[in-house]
Amino acid sequence: MDLLIDIISWVCIISGGLFCLIGGLGLIRLPDMYARMHGASLIDTMGIGLILTGLMFQAGFTLVTAKLLLILAFVFFTSPTTTHALARAGLNGGLVPEVENDELSEPGADPSKT
Amino acid sequence: MLHVVSLAVVLSGIWWLLSGYAVLFILGLGAGSILLVLFICHRMDTIDHETHPIHLAPAIVTYYPWLIWEIVLANWDVAKAIVKNDSSLRPRLMQVKSTQKSEVGRVTYANSITLTPGTVTLNADGDSFLVHSLTQGSKEGLETGEMDRRVSALELGKDGHRATSQPAAGETDI
Repeated sequence: MDLLIDIISWVCIISGGLFCLIGGLGLIRLPDMYARMHGASLIDTMGIGLILTGLMFQAGFTLVTAKLLLILAFVFFTSPTTTHALARAGLNGGLVPEVENDELSEPGADPSKT
Repeated sequence: MLHVVSLAVVLSGIWWLLSGYAVLFILGLGAGSILLVLFICHRMDTIDHETHPIHLAPAIVTYYPWLIWEIVLANWDVAKAIVKNDSSLRPRLMQVKSTQKSEVGRVTYANSITLTPGTVTLNADGDSFLVHSLTQGSKEGLETGEMDRRVSALELGKDGHRATSQPAAGETDI
């Protein structure tokens, strides 16, 4: 039983680490700031989610698991807010997204074309 | 009043979980701090349906598992696109209409879009969001409108008895 829990927990932690790695790769590889934010969001959804789930299996039904759940909940509420703040700062700073289409001519954003 | 009680319950739960002690002295300190926080929040008039949306609680039980599954699918899609680094990366901007009536509903929708990898809400202007999407899959996923429908349904969880009285109050609060 202990072995099974260890296996599940390690599978979670390792695949979470893998998602963090891919997210980091995305941060370097993707073309512009807006695209790179998608790479970062891999890290703070699947990456952190799987690692914390793996740790929860290690902790079992204890207070530690409750605290890990709280961490997860706070990350889930704060990460979209900070991502949005970053994106808004980019838009307001006049950084034009490298995209295929031109929706920016709509009101609500800087009208410009790449 | 209901909001004050529920805030007190939530704060007590968090205190108890984070301290982990069942000692009378510690619990007394907890009760004192919670009363102080409640008093300050009450004086600041910040305890209402918007800062403490308990009316969403029943519907959120079914919404979150669905959202988490969507996040898992989107993660897979984006991770594949990053690793392959080919034509599947198609950054696009698009306008998305939101059908939610309340500010809390729109915030939930915009945050859900951002939380799902592959789509980020750049700007919210009234009921129209400017969304940056990374891959074809993430764009199509959003265009089905499934998330919009679900958040609207989530919001309607309160509709039965509150819709007539709340929206006006909700608009003035903002």
